[in-house]
Amino acid sequence: MKFTKLTALAVTTALVAPAAFAQEMTIVSWGGAYSKSQKNAYHDPYSEKTGVTIINDDSSAEAVAKLRAMNEAGNVTWDVVDVVAADAIRLCDEGLAMEIDPDTMLAPAPDGTSAADDFGDLLVSDCFIPQIVYSTTFGYRTDLVGDTPPTEICAVFDTEAYPGKRSLEKRPINNMEWALLCDGVAKDDVYDVLATPEGQDQALAKLDTIKDDVIWWSAGADTPQLLADGEIVMGSTYNGRLFSVIEEQKQPVAMLWDAQVFDLDGWIIPAGLSEERQKQALDYIMFATDTQRLADQAKWISYGPARASSAPLVGKHADLGIDMAPHMPTDPNNAKNTFLYNYEFWADYRDDIDAKFQAWLAK
Amino acid sequence: MAALTPISRKPMSLVLPTVAASGGLLGLFVGTANGSGFLGIIIGAAIVTALAALYIFALKNEQMAKWISLAVFLVLGFIFGGLPGAILGVIAGWFFHWFTYWMYEGRYRQHLLPYLTPGQVLWHYGFRVICGAIFVFLITPILVVMPLSFNAQDFFTFTPEMLRLDPAGYSLKHYEDFFTNNEWQRSFKNSLIIAPIATIISVSLGTLAAIGLSQSHVPGRRAIMAIMISPMIVPLIISATGMFFFYSDIGNWLEGTLGLPKTFVGYVKVILAHAVLGIPFVIITVTATLVGFDRSLTRAAANMGADPVTTFFRVQMPLILPGVISGGLFAFITSFDEVVVVLFVGSASQKTLPWQMFTGLREQISPTILAVATILVVISIALLTTVELLRRRSERLRGMSPG
Repeated sequence: MKFTKLTALAVTTALVAPAAFAQEMTIVSWGGAYSKSQKNAYHDPYSEKTGVTIINDDSSAEAVAKLRAMNEAGNVTWDVVDVVAADAIRLCDEGLAMEIDPDTMLAPAPDGTSAADDFGDLLVSDCFIPQIVYSTTFGYRTDLVGDTPPTEICAVFDTEAYPGKRSLEKRPINNMEWALLCDGVAKDDVYDVLATPEGQDQALAKLDTIKDDVIWWSAGADTPQLLADGEIVMGSTYNGRLFSVIEEQKQPVAMLWDAQVFDLDGWIIPAGLSEERQKQALDYIMFATDTQRLADQAKWISYGPARASSAPLVGKHADLGIDMAPHMPTDPNNAKNTFLYNYEFWADYRDDIDAKFQAWLAK
Repeated sequence: MAALTPISRKPMSLVLPTVAASGGLLGLFVGTANGSGFLGIIIGAAIVTALAALYIFALKNEQMAKWISLAVFLVLGFIFGGLPGAILGVIAGWFFHWFTYWMYEGRYRQHLLPYLTPGQVLWHYGFRVICGAIFVFLITPILVVMPLSFNAQDFFTFTPEMLRLDPAGYSLKHYEDFFTNNEWQRSFKNSLIIAPIATIISVSLGTLAAIGLSQSHVPGRRAIMAIMISPMIVPLIISATGMFFFYSDIGNWLEGTLGLPKTFVGYVKVILAHAVLGIPFVIITVTATLVGFDRSLTRAAANMGADPVTTFFRVQMPLILPGVISGGLFAFITSFDEVVVVLFVGSASQKTLPWQMFTGLREQISPTILAVATILVVISIALLTTVELLRRRSERLRGMSPG
């Protein structure tokens, strides 16, 4: 008797429960202020327009590994994934991301320019829909650098003029370039030198001079925390994180834009979605990467929109009311000396140099 | 007995070095915070020794010595650390005064057996100091997050305002963020959905398994028991990887063949996985309670004409209830605190509180995590207190003294 009652209850629950769940999309991103800017600029307006509930999954850091596992298990639970360009290239090569045709799947600019022309060179992979240009650059504690604040990248390697700890990302990319640049290699030759074993040793030898003073970070939030603690005098991180530390949290920190490294971040749609979910994902992408939406995102975070047509529309910060243009990494005043993440070079050399770098770290 | 131990004044050759060592220890902390640990040790030892010599040779008045000690350390604390420093200084002053006289008058032998050798006395107190230190190392990391969760800033940093005990340095905004932020609320709700259902499943299955396995005629019950509690022993990451592939297939079948919606299936998967993790705790606690269960009661019930189901609910269940409940609490906490399995098996719509804390810690280091941690610590303490009270009750019922 009791059993039949329980079974009946279970069956009713199973039948009633599905109706309680509305249409949902899972969008994967980086979390923190970045996800917040996407929520404000893309997710909320999209939900309002279509009634689709958007669920954030802050798993972009392990997107490649997780997508592989999901694909293997035949159980892809993500609809749209935010990844850096290098990851998008890998996912595209492995067939884990869907190819995008910019002309039919992305919105043209308001003046009629096709999406392919509007994004231009930033379409670095067939599967990748660029969203923002960000940079990895340095911030320093204004109260710990004395009367001569650093103005150029080599201050990072100058422990005499700027004593104290610095934080660098726990990977060779960017650090090797900066080391060579400060070891007298001309900017145009950096990648030629870095391609040789001697050049790699030269970069590591330069990093060796400050190794005892380096705190290695792996999450974007580490350097802001260390700067706020005053535990480091300067540190590299994403420029948007530094903007938040300086303008929103009002910490005594300033930007060192010199030799910043541009990188791209954007969307991919996982391969192997059901037709219905793929249609939904494409509909979202069409909406979220149009000219106005990309410009809107800059109201919440200081990353440059990837469309040429969005740049003139960048306005003021939503809460602080300050002009966002001077805080963009692409602003002419900030972009006097810049690198662009060298996707080809790092695709070819990453495994080798990674191994060398890790061995050097462990020494 | 022990109060009869005669005490006598101790020679200066014992008192002064001991007192100096304790002063040096404090000096080490203050000195390290101010630049030089070595200098701190020397100055700390010198100050405390000088005070001790002053009390013993010149002052000879314990009450007066106490006030001098308090005043000196109050001032020193204030110089080094402002208001909080002064408070700590008063505590240190009281301690050094007490410690000096405790050593000098030989009071440390007062409550010990008279025939103990100096070595045994030293071990007696050394043991207590070691236990105290272990306790401090266990509890400090938990306690230190609590004040930080009231930080007015968005960093894990004790700001100067906080150290001055300035109200402006404190705020409830991280608690407010927890209660108003959609992501946190969604994950909190998910935890509140997943944990209780998983607990109910674990408790029902675990109790049945424990009762079955406690019957002596079940073949291979040791092997079955070992398999049942294996989720507790196998490293979680391995269970989680296996569960990911296992539940992926089940999930695909539920979605594809039965046409159930994705989100609902997601909950089913996480709940089942958590139930599996919780079952060993229930089996172990219920098995332990069953040891004290008098089997003749079930025979008596059968004798009176009750069928096994009635016997279970009317006779056996009430008696083993404390074991069932404490097992259930462990199962609940397991599910409520679990992050690895849910990361693998769940998708974002099943994001639980620990998952949200995990990603939040990695991506943004927001003190909201500390606020949540504080809330969870309070909940955990409440649950464990309940377990302990139930345990005492069950021991009382069985006529044992609580211990």
